[in-house]
Amino acid sequence: MSADRDLIRARFSGSLGAFWLDVEFEAPTRGITVLYGPSGCGKTTVLRCVAGLSRMAGSLTVGGEVWQDDAAGLFRKPHRRAVGYVFQEASLFPHLSVHRNLQYGARRAAETGSDDLLPFDDVVDLLGIGSLVNRSPSALSGGERQRVAIGRALLSRPRLLLMDEPLSGLDQVAKEGILPYLEALHERLSIPIIYVSHDIREVARLADKIVVLSNGRPVAAGPVDRVLERLDLELSAGPFEAGVVLRARVAGHDPRFRMTRLVLNGQEIVIPGADLRVGDEVRLRIRARDVVLAKSRPAAISVRNILEGTIVEIAEDAETAFAEVLVDVGGGRLRARITRDASADLELTAGMGVYALVKSISFDRPAIGPSRSEAVAG
Amino acid sequence: MLDSASLWPPVVLTLKLAAASTVLLLIVGTPIAWWLARTSVRWKEVVAAVVALPLVLPPTVLGFYLLLALGPGGPGGWIAGLTGARTLAFTFEGILAGSVVYSMPFVVQPIRNSFEAVGGRPLEVAATLGASPWDAFWTVAIPLARPGIVSGAVLGFAHTIGEFGVVLMIGGNIPGETKVLSIAIFEYVETLQWARAHALAGGMLVFSFAVILLMMVHLKRSERRIP
Repeated sequence: MSADRDLIRARFSGSLGAFWLDVEFEAPTRGITVLYGPSGCGKTTVLRCVAGLSRMAGSLTVGGEVWQDDAAGLFRKPHRRAVGYVFQEASLFPHLSVHRNLQYGARRAAETGSDDLLPFDDVVDLLGIGSLVNRSPSALSGGERQRVAIGRALLSRPRLLLMDEPLSGLDQVAKEGILPYLEALHERLSIPIIYVSHDIREVARLADKIVVLSNGRPVAAGPVDRVLERLDLELSAGPFEAGVVLRARVAGHDPRFRMTRLVLNGQEIVIPGADLRVGDEVRLRIRARDVVLAKSRPAAISVRNILEGTIVEIAEDAETAFAEVLVDVGGGRLRARITRDASADLELTAGMGVYALVKSISFDRPAIGPSRSEAVAG
Repeated sequence: MLDSASLWPPVVLTLKLAAASTVLLLIVGTPIAWWLARTSVRWKEVVAAVVALPLVLPPTVLGFYLLLALGPGGPGGWIAGLTGARTLAFTFEGILAGSVVYSMPFVVQPIRNSFEAVGGRPLEVAATLGASPWDAFWTVAIPLARPGIVSGAVLGFAHTIGEFGVVLMIGGNIPGETKVLSIAIFEYVETLQWARAHALAGGMLVFSFAVILLMMVHLKRSERRIP
């Protein structure tokens, strides 16, 4: 039972239109767990079941507290579950001011006597919504509304924050504007977050743990870097966006060429100048299609990043022209998507030493984010 | 000249009837509208059709059945028996009950529509913020459905004021008890007292116009407030 204190355990099954949903997963009570999968795979249904908004057969325990247990005939009503829920659309109450929206859950939580771990002013500061509190929700932009909705959920003193694709209704600019706030939440708060997304870039940037769903079933689960490097999950991410997440440390800046130098287990990586402090750990997302492999170290080449590594695994897809190669570069693994023809020509095999070339510009801005100091293991 | 003292009792009685009906209509109609908007049971449209029946029934038909229901042999007679009376027909309480039935669709329909427009999402949000269903109903559903509730109340009030057939069937023409405005006008016209008929009819015309105008202005204003 004591081990359960640190875990959220969920199991749900039931009919979901065309297919049968059967999901069982665990999430740590710290950090962000992303439920990832294509639209219609059942992620939102699972989240609604956790909140109690939908009901399916199963069981749910949150940090040792039983919220649903069919065997015992127990089902806690949504308003008795200490969850914060952020919907795809902000869904602010249009008849209340921003301030009263924020207070809606806070007042009710205070009545139940749950601990006030997040004072109003802290939440408002954290989300940068101080100047909005006296406005009407209709006077806010999409990104502002979603930040208020997040604040409203946090102020209801949840033990668990559920977010259902909170960025999907926003344009690219608003998305970029809100991601830093989510990262700040993650760093400052101890509340676990279950985050539903179908966007691999959000996953790479935010997730500590990931549960990949496909047609109502979990097909993979684990720490985000471990899961993203798996070669058999092509279908879920799609060949275009498949890639890995690596953690590197900022070593220095080159003001003349506006480049930032990173170190990954002794090997240097350069990226276009980023506003990062020396010594910070950052996450890099590197897509498989941006990685080129060479058997010898190429010279006189415009590609800046040449990482030495060893081939761990090669997955050839006989249906297509492509093969995916997993390369251990020390401290992390890269995925490279090359043609089967090239693989045969170079006579690539597992255990062979190779050079992985990554074009600097492929470290696009949104893929870079400060890494988590308390990264979740297992 | 006009003897205004004899004109007032029907006006006062009518306003009293309309006010009491409106209160009852909201108390009974709002839960019905809520249920119709939220339930997923298949036979809900049967209930909706029963509520809407007065829209198509001739007032005389409705009045006839109400007369039977309110009379000594019906449930109305039984209720009257509790206070020692024989019947609810031809009493103020009787025409009040009739008015509530007759005006119900005008109240339920707009309220149901606005509950449906509010949808389930705000209530789900309220639930995840710790509000019980009862709490969410009062703090979220009712304020968001306010335009529909206001229209329902105004329509119910105005409709009761203009009621004639049903009152005639179940109330008759008892001064101070069931002699409402429209019946008074009818009587004045029948007895060729045109000046009195004019005074009441003209007053009603102005009043009705004012009510409709006020309602529209109010609705426009709340539309602006709630996008």
